[in-house]
Amino acid sequence: MSADWPFTRRGLLGTGIASAGMLALPGGKSDALAVPKRGGSIRVAMAASSTNDAIDPAKGAIATDYMRHFCLYSGLTRMETDLKVKLDLAERLESADRITWHIALRKGVQFHDGAELTSADVVHSLRRHDDPKIGSKVAGIAEQFAEVRPDGRYGVVLRLTGANADIPALLSQAHFLIVREGEAKPTGNGTGPYRLADFKPSVRTVVTRNPNYYVPGKPYLERIEIIAIPDEVSRVNALLAGDVHAAIAISPLSTRRIEPRPGYSVMTTGSGLFTDLVMQLDRLPTGNPDFVKAIQYAIDRPLIKRALYRGYATIANDHPIPPSHRYFNPDIPQRTLDLDRARWHVRRSGLTGVRLPVYCSTAAPGSVDMASVLQEYASRVGLELAINRMPADGYYATHWMKHPMTFGNTSPRPTADMLFTQFFRSDASWNESKWNNPRFDQLLIEARGEADESRRKELYGEMQRLIHDHCGLAIPVFINMLDAHDSRLKGMTALPFGGMMGYRFAEYAWWDA
Amino acid sequence: MSAPAAPRSAIAGVMPMILKRIGVALLTLLLVSAVVFTISGLLPGDAAQETLGQSATPEQVAALRHEMGLDRPAATRYVEWLSDIVQGDPGRSLVANMPVKEVIAGRLPNSLMLAGITALVSVPLALLIGITAAINRGGLLDRGLSLMTLSLVAVPEFLIATLAVLVFSVTLLWLPSIALVSSDATWSQTLRSTALPVLTLTISVMAQMARMTRAAVADQLDRPYVEMAHLKGVPFRRIVLYHVMPNAIGPMINAIALSLSHLLGGAIIVETIFNFPGLASLMVNAVTSRDMPLLQACAMIFCTAYLLLMLVADVVAILANPRLRAQ
Repeated sequence: MSADWPFTRRGLLGTGIASAGMLALPGGKSDALAVPKRGGSIRVAMAASSTNDAIDPAKGAIATDYMRHFCLYSGLTRMETDLKVKLDLAERLESADRITWHIALRKGVQFHDGAELTSADVVHSLRRHDDPKIGSKVAGIAEQFAEVRPDGRYGVVLRLTGANADIPALLSQAHFLIVREGEAKPTGNGTGPYRLADFKPSVRTVVTRNPNYYVPGKPYLERIEIIAIPDEVSRVNALLAGDVHAAIAISPLSTRRIEPRPGYSVMTTGSGLFTDLVMQLDRLPTGNPDFVKAIQYAIDRPLIKRALYRGYATIANDHPIPPSHRYFNPDIPQRTLDLDRARWHVRRSGLTGVRLPVYCSTAAPGSVDMASVLQEYASRVGLELAINRMPADGYYATHWMKHPMTFGNTSPRPTADMLFTQFFRSDASWNESKWNNPRFDQLLIEARGEADESRRKELYGEMQRLIHDHCGLAIPVFINMLDAHDSRLKGMTALPFGGMMGYRFAEYAWWDA
Repeated sequence: MSAPAAPRSAIAGVMPMILKRIGVALLTLLLVSAVVFTISGLLPGDAAQETLGQSATPEQVAALRHEMGLDRPAATRYVEWLSDIVQGDPGRSLVANMPVKEVIAGRLPNSLMLAGITALVSVPLALLIGITAAINRGGLLDRGLSLMTLSLVAVPEFLIATLAVLVFSVTLLWLPSIALVSSDATWSQTLRSTALPVLTLTISVMAQMARMTRAAVADQLDRPYVEMAHLKGVPFRRIVLYHVMPNAIGPMINAIALSLSHLLGGAIIVETIFNFPGLASLMVNAVTSRDMPLLQACAMIFCTAYLLLMLVADVVAILANPRLRAQ
């Protein structure tokens, strides 16, 4: 994977000279011209916040939560800018059989209240997910932790219910950040780069530099205020007016307002985010394989990329692994718009002229426009689709996966295993298309415990092919995430796990004033 | 006319009316709370589901539902809420997990401040425009002001707000585009950051009030008593202030009260565009997260404010016009 993959040509043109310089020097380090400076107080505009805002990492639900948590807490591991898993609070993380993992903690790390990080804190943090009262978002994932026990003051043993080679990546997730043992509820007292100064749910979070952060010299910024501006136009206006210094999740249309202005940069993050059309295989007519193929061949992917996303997207191939992913299988032929073939499948399915409802909503971004594009092409091959546009509020609870044809939206997961387990295993609760493939389930278990990278890539490659051939999803494109920031904010590079450097820009960014 | 005696008898005269109105207001509040409770119960999903999000297992949802007390029948929950609110306790927010009082205490002052400043700016301005237009009826000034107010009534709030941001924040860089209201901000900072919300709200409520004022004053100017006063040689300024105004104040104050009641709950668009931490967006938040106690509390506040403003309008109208008192 090359270092510059997240940058499309357009993105590069837009980000201007400042970040092009960064591109040549990944991470913005080791350059006399771009030595990070300490200082600066910035304000960041996120896209959502509510009275449900969490200070407890286990309860993080939205990007705003993750960003707050990455400021305050640290994890045992972290995803670095080169997309590899690095150790963070763990000094060593080893396993011979990928079932029993031995964790050795970094010594002398301090919580914000001055207490030293010990194995008790880690055991507490990993164990609390199975307490139903806490309402952890990763309770399902933490079920594989069969046993977590301390091994001396700085050692922890984590035994799993089955082999999992992805544990290092898993532990880098925001939900598994380490909180202090002995606190009834997490209060923001972590080992992270910033200390909590003010937290008002649905209003703002203010953090200040932690001078005792264990990574020498870091972080650089003195103070960060995180607010949310749900209205996208207002968010961009706030950036252009200088009221905020970075705005997450801007729309492709807004790039036209930001790019021509000097002093502002757009950061493009290629990712595994996609909006998909779900055709449920356990009922008719969508359960007819010819119907699924007909729809998949009636999608004009380049048009969707161009018209809906102004080019800020990557063509997808009806499986969930983006081309930038290290396990991407390049040998699966790309599905393209082929109306003759689609027509042939429609005729074979015997569904010519049947009227079918499709449910879409702004809750699945882009789905309303995708549905219109699809309706147009489907009518040319003899399928009549009725588009039902549903309100965003409650869409996922009442419509998604409840009708034969609905649109869904899936955000990137840290590992291929998590994605496949949550969305494609036959008994997964989000098995959107209700497909059932014993071979896939078997490969999933095998790949999870496989330590050999090339063998793993082979297994994941076959799983992508199975999804591509047999699953009931149409995935037209992967959507790039777009953030915009004041060009004086330096050290920003794209990380494909989420906007604003996978929500952890706070540790890397610095203010060049 | 004996000055000291008049006010006392005036207030005594409206007392029964006020008491009756308070009684009706309480009944209205009860009905509104029942309606809000019923309708929000019809929304798909509940607070437990919304809190846990998509990733929740059915067991988790059931556990949280039990914790929140949502597994009990709706009628029981309503009666319980009602008995609590009668004792002055609006309950706990299901989602924020803290008393509703605290959640509201963080937002209500902001909303009141925004409404207050807007009222201070818009009411005098509206009266000035309305009266000026009325006494210059048919003149160039009247036609100009009418054209302006009519066009402002027609422009939707979000357009005014967006244009104001584009001009004053993005292009001129004079004012902040978002309202950063916080406890540690100084007064001048707060005023600066509320400038655009106040401007937007003023424009949208002022036009309505000015139109009504003009109509009320113009109506009175046509009356025979005005001509009589003219013929007696009363100066025009005195006719308007002492003869016309007491008669016109009834409809004017009603229009003002209606417009001002819009400032609290109807500021949702302004709150959204300027990211203003007010009560209206809190209520929308409560709806989407299905936070029933918080939603009910917001509804009660808006309803009370509306009823209160209407009551004040009626009392002022009666006190200002002795003829209404006699009825």
